Parts: sequence; C-alpha cells; structure tokens
Amino acid sequence: MEKIKIDEYTWEIPKGSKPGMKVPARLITTKKLLDDLDEGVIEQITNVACLPGIRKYAMCMPDGHRGYGFPIGGVAAFSTRTGVISPGGIGFDINCGVRLIRTNLTESEVKPRIKELIDLLFQLVPSGVGSHGIVKLTNSEFNKLMAEGLPWCLKRNYAWNSDIDFTEQGGVIPGANPDNVSDRAKKRGLDQIGTLGSGNHYLEIQKVEFDEQCDQKAASILGIDRPGQITIMIHCGSRGFGHQIGTDYLQSFGDAMKKYGIQTNDRELACAPFESPEGKAYYSAMACAANTAFVNRQVIMHRVREGFAKIFGKSAEELGMHLVYDVAHNIAKLESYDTGQGIEEVLVHRKGATRAFGPGNKNIPEKYRSVGQPVLVGGSMQTGSYLLVGTAEAERLTFGSTLHGAGRTMSRAAAKRQVRGNQVKDEMAKQGITVRTASMAGLAEEAGFAYKDVDTVVSAVHNAGISKKVARFVPLANIKG
Amino acid sequence: MASFKVIEEGAFGDYEFVAEAESLEKLFDICGLATFEAVTDVSKVEALEEMNFAISTESLEELLFLFLAELIYIKDTENIFFSRFEIKITNKFKLSCKAYGERIDNKKHTLKTDVKAVTYHKLEVVKKSDGYGAHVILDL
Repeated sequence: MEKIKIDEYTWEIPKGSKPGMKVPARLITTKKLLDDLDEGVIEQITNVACLPGIRKYAMCMPDGHRGYGFPIGGVAAFSTRTGVISPGGIGFDINCGVRLIRTNLTESEVKPRIKELIDLLFQLVPSGVGSHGIVKLTNSEFNKLMAEGLPWCLKRNYAWNSDIDFTEQGGVIPGANPDNVSDRAKKRGLDQIGTLGSGNHYLEIQKVEFDEQCDQKAASILGIDRPGQITIMIHCGSRGFGHQIGTDYLQSFGDAMKKYGIQTNDRELACAPFESPEGKAYYSAMACAANTAFVNRQVIMHRVREGFAKIFGKSAEELGMHLVYDVAHNIAKLESYDTGQGIEEVLVHRKGATRAFGPGNKNIPEKYRSVGQPVLVGGSMQTGSYLLVGTAEAERLTFGSTLHGAGRTMSRAAAKRQVRGNQVKDEMAKQGITVRTASMAGLAEEAGFAYKDVDTVVSAVHNAGISKKVARFVPLANIKG
Repeated sequence: MASFKVIEEGAFGDYEFVAEAESLEKLFDICGLATFEAVTDVSKVEALEEMNFAISTESLEELLFLFLAELIYIKDTENIFFSRFEIKITNKFKLSCKAYGERIDNKKHTLKTDVKAVTYHKLEVVKKSDGYGAHVILDL
C-alpha cells in the first residue's frame, strides 16, 4: 500500500487504500524503521481503520510489529457515542504494564551483592509456567480486589499511600463490575496475584545513565538524580485472569456483531458498540482485569522491597524505594480530545502503547505536573530501557499516546533457531548482566537481536515530539519470567 | 501421519503453527500436542492423570478454538500438562475428550513459554483430499 510522507516522523496510508477504511492510517516512525517494517503491520492497522466510530487515524508507534487483530504498538480512538470497544485492540493480557521503582543505592553498593539479591528476589517473586502467588484470597475477597484496584493493597499493607498517587489513574479503573467476569476467569486468576508470568515479562535491577538528549532536570523531579543510581523495573500484567476475560468476550462478541450488523476484516477484531449492553459488560470486565494487574505489580513491588531490605539491612523507606510511576500499555481508556468534530469523549485503545500526557495535564500527579507524565519503556532484557515524559504534542497528534517497548523483529521460533538460552545467558554475563529464569528456551526467545534497537525507536518518538527522553537504564540483573 | 509445524515467519510475539492429519480427531489431537509442546517437552509428560470434557458448538473452527481454550484453562486451574488425548467428534460439531497428563513438576518437566489464549486470527480448519489441516495462533 502507498505510504505518504507527512513529516520526518509520520507516514500516512490514505483512506482509500483498502475498501471500508473510515480514516487514514498513520505510522509514527523513521524512514529506516519504515523500510524494515513488515507488511503484516500495514495490513493490520488498515483493518483497524475500518472499525465503526474510529476518529482521525488508526495509528502505529515505531516499536510496532505484527500481532493478531491490532498490531502491537497500535493506537485507535473510538467515539463513545457511535464507536466500538474491541478486546483485540486491548490484547489478552489486559493492563500489561511497567512499573519503575527508584532507590538511593548506587551501582558500587549493589554490584558486590547482585547475585545474592537476584537469587532472593527469584525466590520471593514466583515466575514461569505454573507458578502460584503468595496472596491467599477467598472468592469474595478477590471480587473486592478487582473492583477496588490498587487501594485494596493498603488494607493488606502491600502498598504505601504514595504508591497510589504515582500509578496511572491511581491504580483503579472506575466501573469494574465482578458480576461481568466469568467464574472460569476468577478461578484462573485466584492464585496468580504476585506472580510475574512468562514470555517477555521480567523483573530487572538497573542502573541509571543519561545521554545528551536526556532532560536531567526533569529526571531529578521524578527522583532520578544521578548516573549509577539503582532502579528496579517490573513488566507484567493480569496473567491468566485477563486472558480468560479476553477469551470469553471474544467469543460472545461474535454474536454481538451479528446482532448489531458489524463486520470486520478479521474475527480477532471482534467488537461491540461501546454503548451496547455487551460493550458495557466487556468494559467493566476489562476494568476488573486492569485493576487486578495494578495489584499484581504492586504485590511484586512489595516483595522486592522486602528483598532489598533483607539484603541491605535497612528498611525499604530508608533505602528510598519509592514508586516513580506505573503505566498500563494494553488497555482502553476514556479520554477527551478534539477529534475534528469538536471536543469529544473517546475510548482510546492502546495495544502495546503507553499514555503520554503532557505538562499541566490534571491526570498527572502534582509533583510531576510541570514535566509531564512519566512513560516507561521496557527494552529487551539484554539492551536497556527508558524513562520518558509525555508531551502536549502527543495529546494533539496521537491521542496522548506513545511507544511501549523496543518491538520484536522476528518470531520466537526464529529467535530460538538462531541461539540457545545458555548462549544468551553467557553473553549477558559478559555484558555484566546476571540472569535468572525458569525457562532457558524462553530466554533464547528474548535475546536482544530479536528486538528492534531500543535507542532507535526511542529516538524516533523523542524527535517526533510525542515524548521526551529523561533517563536510560542499563540492566544489571534480570529475572526472566 | 499427523504432524505440525511452527511458522517462523508468523506472529512475532506468539506461537503460530499449521497441522495436518488423516482424520478430524487426529487433527485435534496433534493441535493439542502442539499447544503443550510450546509450554514444555511433551515427551517428558507421563499420562498419570485423566480429565474428561465435552464441547458443543456451531463450526469446526469454533470447536478447535474451544478445545484448545479448554486445555489452557485446565492447565492453569489444575496445574497439569497433557501428553495424550482420546477424542471423539460427531458431525454436529460435538467433541468429547479424555485428556491424559501429569501435574506440573518443575524439577521433572522442561518449562518453555506459557500459552495463555487461543486467537481467532487466521484460525482455520480445512478438509483436504487426504484428511484435514488447521492453522492456529496461540497467545504466549
């Protein structure tokens, strides 16, 4: 399909490129990344552009790669009056996201004890296939957890009050109704709270570095104030619970589509009008999964605080283990934008994309409001990650959205054919990264070469103006789920 | 002979495979094994436990979707890997299955990457001259 250059970092696939497109598709990327982009992304993002009630553009971020239904890196906003909600635009792992914790420790203090530390965290945070969480819940308590979200953790002493303030939307999506979640989903999720999962999910101990594009003044407002400072990043989501909700509603949306006369180019794009009973039910179930994912990352953080306290003989408070921020990157959010049809409420679907509100936005914690909302970008386990901030440009151009990670360049099967897990482990050891994993085969799938270069994709959003670089993180030790 | 092949050019973050077999039952059987092969080395999973379930629906694709979704659900809730299936499918898209496997033991079993959902993307069950074929993408 033809791609028209709009500016250095934006390409457009015009509305007429495929029958049924209601809006153009836009790719935020660089010429080089665009040349290397697989055609699957183009096919998928133009399918998204055909969905009812979509506004302005169907978009894909520079880390985009082919998924199923929506591409990963996809952003699409639908009118809440005339548009749809699509489970495939959110992903099965509802509220998969990233959390960043700072410390007042430095590399020289942590390095000598890194093996001991990562071994302890590997015990404290269950990971991999078939792992079970530490939180024991009755069915009724699980219902409360999914309705209340992160504030639920305060009752169990898993959270500090400030953790709530520094989580996207306070860690609770309003409107969560456990009655719209199947017993099967609840049974699958009940004992998984506090577990990392598998695949690309990880817990990483990192050190801070700054390049010439990083805004160090903004970094210090976010509590990241010197090179070599130790941070911890957690990447995971709602586990089997969110997946079962996705499975349940994808199936029931088949009937809803017949009822409302909606057709899509891919059954994985199944959707229902947002205002329909089916659409509302899925939204409230999605909110339950999103809330559960916020709790999941919080419980893992609680265990990390315990682990650090034990190794360094000081309390987590004394170690300055504050939450920098927690973002969701598989989610649909109710937000208002100028859509070209006036200021309108839309449901912004972000599938492998992160909210990126600019300075002054009231949804940003007061302490950070002058610099913009923190955006956490998890790279591959072998390369590095970033802290960015959102911008007014993002609110104007991309429905307040930006990238979420590095983005894969090949399938897991292809990566595994090129390298073995223990080769990746040895290579990482040479780079100074200690790794612990329940799955060596899984480690091969996550090798750095299977991903785009994180520095390149982050520079693309920085230069496009939809986020600004604040700090870079170098991995020191990683628990791969 | 029933067989499956993982597609390397397929969905990047997930597990895409094609399968073929001489009968519908054997096709479902090989798709079930392909699913567990993503998560573990199936040859190390003994048939020590038996679980039974039945599914009824309106198309072959939907039947395969529900069959694999059920296996994933049982894996997560009963903590079990399966290595053998006895499947009966009747012409009204009805399936009954006896699945045999073993509780997950991370000392004995190889842990690969967990399978968490079946997708509808490119999902296909087709009749061929010499049997049946399927195309499946699983979310990891």
